[in-house]
Amino acid sequence: MAARLWRGLGTVLAAIANWRFFKPVVFVACLAPGVLLLWDVYEGDLGVDPVKTLLHETGETALAILLLSLTVTPIRRLFRVTKVQLVRRMLGLWAFFYALVHLSMYLVFDQLCYSLATCDFETIWKDILLRRFIFVGQLAFVILLALALTSTKGWQRRLGRNWTRLHRLVYVAAGAGVVHFIWIQKADISEPLKWACWLLVLLAIRAGYAIRGRLARSRAAVTA
Amino acid sequence: MLTRTKKPWDLPYSDVTPERVYQNRREFLRVAGIGSLGLAAGSILSACEATPAAAQGTLTYTRNAALSVSDEPNTWEQLTTYNNYYEFGTGKSDPAANAHTLTPKPWTVKIDGEVAKPGDYSYDDLVKPEALEERVYRFRCVEAWSAVIPWVGFPLANLLKRVEPTSKAKYVAFQTLLRPSEMPGQRTSVLEWPYLEGLRLDEAMHPLALMTVGLYGKELPNQNGAPIRLIVPWKYGFKSIKSIVRISLVEKQPPTAWNTATPSEYGFYSNVNPTVDHPRWSQARERPLGGFLKNKPTLMFNGYGDQVASLYAGMDLRKYY
Repeated sequence: MAARLWRGLGTVLAAIANWRFFKPVVFVACLAPGVLLLWDVYEGDLGVDPVKTLLHETGETALAILLLSLTVTPIRRLFRVTKVQLVRRMLGLWAFFYALVHLSMYLVFDQLCYSLATCDFETIWKDILLRRFIFVGQLAFVILLALALTSTKGWQRRLGRNWTRLHRLVYVAAGAGVVHFIWIQKADISEPLKWACWLLVLLAIRAGYAIRGRLARSRAAVTA
Repeated sequence: MLTRTKKPWDLPYSDVTPERVYQNRREFLRVAGIGSLGLAAGSILSACEATPAAAQGTLTYTRNAALSVSDEPNTWEQLTTYNNYYEFGTGKSDPAANAHTLTPKPWTVKIDGEVAKPGDYSYDDLVKPEALEERVYRFRCVEAWSAVIPWVGFPLANLLKRVEPTSKAKYVAFQTLLRPSEMPGQRTSVLEWPYLEGLRLDEAMHPLALMTVGLYGKELPNQNGAPIRLIVPWKYGFKSIKSIVRISLVEKQPPTAWNTATPSEYGFYSNVNPTVDHPRWSQARERPLGGFLKNKPTLMFNGYGDQVASLYAGMDLRKYY
């Protein structure tokens, strides 16, 4: 009995060591905020202004997962765990999913786009052009859309080196997302500033690697 | 022999609902509903250690139907758990959770400036001489949500007449309590404290401007601005300053909190106006509290245009937003 238990435990540990469950666990973790929010909708637990809660939660989840996707590469490099790379695309796609839900809610609840007849196209167009926080939000969404569409192996092959260039735009999307969050605040920006700090740390790590790479290359050029 | 057994559905005539009651069944349900919601709100509030609704004193008042709108009011629970009161935190549910620390009694309002009778007036000095009335007002937040609220209070004009403004008085400046020990939000710097608001004297003298001490026939809960606040129903909600400790009659336009914080977004006048957008969002439509859709067209002066438009005759409301 004990032996079987130990063997079972060993299998679980080996599986984790094999990263067998890593992807499904991350998948479920990304699904969870959505499921919890749906549960709140069902229970009527969204507070007095449910739409405000829904917009806030979906937007913040999108931003959090997007920043998480940007954290994958620094973790791989700093801790030399190659396998984390397995979930980078999935995280990016989940961020896009929550951004899509976020945008759809704005369109349906605020701009009444549940039918073509009621949709307030004029206000939407004015919002995009005139309101800087809507503009940067749209910018982030359009980038995420382009990256999601070209996230397949096929597009990776077709675009070659340009794929990497295109997908560097993810930093622009993340920056636009953080700014979008800061600009919607009335007075208290402490919440979006946390995400801004995270993004700055990621950019600093990236810059550090870029500088190191350049130094190494020039050193190599000198010794050659 | 003709026998007739009594069927279960053969009700005695005494069980028939009187026609008058039947005709008013919706009203009956509404009143019963509000009562039970009040109870529910009370238990929720006490659970978060906020002032229990049971301890909320009831007020004696008459209903002013002429100055009330016929729209269905929002519930006690909605109105006491969804508040903008940055002195208790910037989240909408923060005031309901944090405002129990405020001691609204005893309360004194300093009245000074260009008045013949300045002085420190206690809550009773201000409220006792007045005949309180209930008015159901529309409430429009600058954030584009709206509510319908049964306030209890008395005209600000009555109070001002009592203290006799001098001929120099052109504006009325209001100030909220500054007490960081009881108001945790004041220990942060999201706004400059104390919160300040102001009206032009003719606006303040308008019969719709209400010094408010009650909600749903009860004394104001702390999170709604206890013990005494202003309600100016044709202006965006932030003009309706809470927990007032000072009223000064002044010659020049006084500084106001949101205008000081972000002048490009919040003007001194801040009349509800669907044609002048907030720089970051349209003010043309609003979301009634409790609903999902921002589908209610916002009305000029929040629907009080007939009464107040003349105050602004000849003014460019795009410039004086």
